[in-house]
Amino acid sequence: MEKFNIVEGLAVPLDRPNVDTDAIIPKQFLKSIQRTGFGPNLFDEWRYLDQGEPGIDNSKRPLNPEFVLNAPRYQGARILLARENFGCGSSREHAVWALLDHGLRVVIAPSFADIFFNNCFKNGVLPIVLEAERVEQLFQATEATPGYALSVDLPSQLIRTPDQGEIAFEVDAFRKDCLVRGLDDIGLTLQHADAIRDFEHAHRQAAPWLFEKQD
Amino acid sequence: MSGRTLYDKLWDAHRVRQDADGTALIYIDRHLVHEVTSPQAFEGLRMAGRKPWRTRSILAVPDHNVPTTDRSAGIADPVSRLQVDTLDHNCADFGITEFAMDDPRQGIVHVIGPEQGATLPGMTVVCGDSHTSTHGAFGALAFGIGTSDVEHVLATQCLILRKSRTLQVCVEGELAEGVSAKDVVLAIIGRIGTAGGTGYSIEFSGSTIRGLSMEGRMTVCNMAIEAGARAGMVAVDDTTIDYLAGRPYAPQGELWQQATSAWAELHSDADAVFDKTVTLDGAAIRPQVTWGTSPEMVVPVDGRVPDPDEESDSVKREGMRRAMQYMDLKPGMPVTDIRPDHVFIGSCTNARIEDLRVAAAVIRGRRVAETIKQALVVPGSGLVKRQAEAEGLDRIFLAAGFEWREPGCSMCLAMNADRLQPGDRCASTSNRNFEGRQGQGGRTHLVSPAMAAEAALSGHFVNVSHSSE
Repeated sequence: MEKFNIVEGLAVPLDRPNVDTDAIIPKQFLKSIQRTGFGPNLFDEWRYLDQGEPGIDNSKRPLNPEFVLNAPRYQGARILLARENFGCGSSREHAVWALLDHGLRVVIAPSFADIFFNNCFKNGVLPIVLEAERVEQLFQATEATPGYALSVDLPSQLIRTPDQGEIAFEVDAFRKDCLVRGLDDIGLTLQHADAIRDFEHAHRQAAPWLFEKQD
Repeated sequence: MSGRTLYDKLWDAHRVRQDADGTALIYIDRHLVHEVTSPQAFEGLRMAGRKPWRTRSILAVPDHNVPTTDRSAGIADPVSRLQVDTLDHNCADFGITEFAMDDPRQGIVHVIGPEQGATLPGMTVVCGDSHTSTHGAFGALAFGIGTSDVEHVLATQCLILRKSRTLQVCVEGELAEGVSAKDVVLAIIGRIGTAGGTGYSIEFSGSTIRGLSMEGRMTVCNMAIEAGARAGMVAVDDTTIDYLAGRPYAPQGELWQQATSAWAELHSDADAVFDKTVTLDGAAIRPQVTWGTSPEMVVPVDGRVPDPDEESDSVKREGMRRAMQYMDLKPGMPVTDIRPDHVFIGSCTNARIEDLRVAAAVIRGRRVAETIKQALVVPGSGLVKRQAEAEGLDRIFLAAGFEWREPGCSMCLAMNADRLQPGDRCASTSNRNFEGRQGQGGRTHLVSPAMAAEAALSGHFVNVSHSSE
């Protein structure tokens, strides 16, 4: 996993509540057995005017000029501004892979759906929860100011705005540590392999039916 | 000290270790696997030179991509076929039990787990699928995970978790005739919203919930995620135990006795304290119909499509306007004037035998309306299909003009060939009405099996609850 320290870049405002993972990456693209290559199909149904299918040349498809990600001023954005309950719906991690593949490393919203929020941290994407009022201010500033770029400093837990402002944010200590160091948490868990084996042994004694007839 | 909730008990019984930072390592008893969210996890396992920790905890089945028509020639779509083949190869390589596409037990992962008794009370159950909450109906802690966590469970049999808050949703009273578990859970989501359960595990309780069959409880827990909660659960009682007795993966003999006496503890203590409690009057619940593009956009069938202008919150108002435009509906329109042209009876929410019996009872001796372009029945599993055929339900559906299909996820998410075309409007017993969910440009109204069946016959929504008129 790519380490996350300071990410600087344009912010792009996606002004819709309850953006679900079906919208982030429609189901026909989940048939891939890879983790990469989802970027061109991020928000596919909003981004293009035609119907997307796996394997077609996305560069030749008609873009929806009204969709914010297509606006010239937001090209190359690394930070997504979003509304309430971002990432609701399915558990598909492909949603995070699509954001990452498109170059987005940070999502800022008043709230996130739980599974999506968790999936972000597993892939080096930082979801930041701010009060709705704060998010609204960022929306307004981004829309009013072409080239509005933010600097997201994870070690200091600060977002720096172009007008020298600083916005503090909260992040779980364990998840922060994994992101900053780019750690594989399977490796971390396997450091406790003995504890898992001990637990498993006791669990089998207490509830043997959970270990019977398993196939 | 106050008593423990069911969630507390399940959490405590699976905690391998507690870290000072608030996270805990939680042991997983049952890992269900399907073809869409597992290939990258198996690949990661191989690349790191790891093996599954406990192969026998895993049960795999292809369900999202499988065709629901004749399967003798395999899967026509090469991309879908590759994903199903990849699951077959991964299971063969690692010695994992799989109900492959031609196995008579194949079906939707959340239907076959309970059907086999592979989901048991007191278990932790995970799957790379958000509707894993379904299995909480058995007094289990069950929740969906992403692919990285699928790999984590394969490699370690554990997950690193932080304890959630607890939400008790208490529904009391006898349901009116024609009102089902689906209406109960849609009414709950309408009340608390799609983010109302975010950060919580929900325990569904009260006399209405206790009065539901296991199929009904699964329908309710299935949609906990649509209220934002990763896990939903119901306490164990005789209904739970009666359902499990004799199932292939359930314990037998002496172990069954031991197990059932342990399961008697799987309820919240009388003095347990929840972080939040919501109460609904079950007797007042009417058949529900979603009008918008989020499950919280729901009204009773005898109600009207709401007017965004009456919503004070500007973000919500804009969301309602966008949904109304996408759904091509007008504010104030009676729900009974909405005319679906497709009907889908299926999905992990409502494709169990009880659901098919209810729908068939509505349909018996009648015909699908001429305005309906397609009416599909997709049983949740091969065994559900066989049972329904033994009861003659297939003949009722076919005689009425429904198509009777092979089991799978089908038009719930349209990863296989079953999908809506732009502008199609579907009365669906599934769980999500998101934009494009059932096919790009398709419009979904979530309803119960009885409501979907009646809409197919009448060509518009009809109140199936006679006693509430």
